[in-house]
Amino acid sequence: MCSYIVEKAALVGSAKGPKGWMHIDTANVYYDHPYHAPLDHVLGIDFICEAEGGRDRVAIEISAESARVLVKKILAALATGDAAHAAIAAE
Amino acid sequence: MHFPYQGMLAETVTFRAYNQDIGEAYYARPLGPGPFPGVVIIHHMPGWDEWIKEVPRKFAYHGFICVAPHLYFREGPGDPDDIGARVRAAGGVSDEQVIGDVAGSMEFLRALPYSNGRVAVMGFCSGGRHTYLVACRLPNLDAAVDCWGGNVIVDDPSLLNDKRPRAPIELTEHLRCPLLGLFGNDDPNPSPDHVNRTEALLKKLGKTYEFHRYDGAGHGFFANNRPGYRAEQATDGWKKVIAFLQKHIGGHK
Repeated sequence: MCSYIVEKAALVGSAKGPKGWMHIDTANVYYDHPYHAPLDHVLGIDFICEAEGGRDRVAIEISAESARVLVKKILAALATGDAAHAAIAAE
Repeated sequence: MHFPYQGMLAETVTFRAYNQDIGEAYYARPLGPGPFPGVVIIHHMPGWDEWIKEVPRKFAYHGFICVAPHLYFREGPGDPDDIGARVRAAGGVSDEQVIGDVAGSMEFLRALPYSNGRVAVMGFCSGGRHTYLVACRLPNLDAAVDCWGGNVIVDDPSLLNDKRPRAPIELTEHLRCPLLGLFGNDDPNPSPDHVNRTEALLKKLGKTYEFHRYDGAGHGFFANNRPGYRAEQATDGWKKVIAFLQKHIGGHK
């Protein structure tokens, strides 16, 4: 089915698209039919800057399994990075 | 030797939409004098994509004039996928606007000099829901084809809002045209139970309808660019669509 449900995450950072780097302040996250990926359903994320109108985006469409792996890897990278930075700070 | 000529024209066009706005659409027609029956195609939530533009060409091949309006044109300009993303973030478009855009698309077809005056609407997924809705709301529609429209039945009232204030099933008594429904039995929305309940109401109200349910198929089984494509079921489904439309709005066999 087509879903209208979008989870919004407030962000601080940048993303690089066809026009180069841009500030982003929001990620719109959804699970629905893709526009491009050859899958029945995808986890989609649109990185946008709502403060600048939100017309440009950096988009991904990935499988549900890929999304779950990505979530774990993001958390793992953050944990490893936190530990490494804490060790450097303690030296 | 005689080699029968067959040809078509496919192009983008403009049409007068809801609120008298000028919208864009993809249009295809067979070459020849006609008269031809017409079909309006309603795209799914992600937007006006390549697959939906193939559908008018398929109908033109079968002797119909066919238009697929870009229901998100007001959010342009831009690539249809980016426009679709903005519409999704805004919670979709309103039912009233879609009904008006479809009515404008129907008028576009009927005004063509080679139209036979009869027009059907066909939609996929959320467009299937829109099809059920317009079939209940527009009195001058001649036939409707709902392909796996989800949320025709809404069990959770929290899913209703200003843009989608009513479940289409509630409007069934106003359905005035023949309805064809195609569904996959592995689809969770509409589930076989949803389809059973819709069919029970259509039967109870004495409506003209034809439902076909396919084993081994889920949601969107016509989409030949997705893993959910089911060749056998899709081939049969398209045959049923063409036969249904030829019966109710005309066209050559």
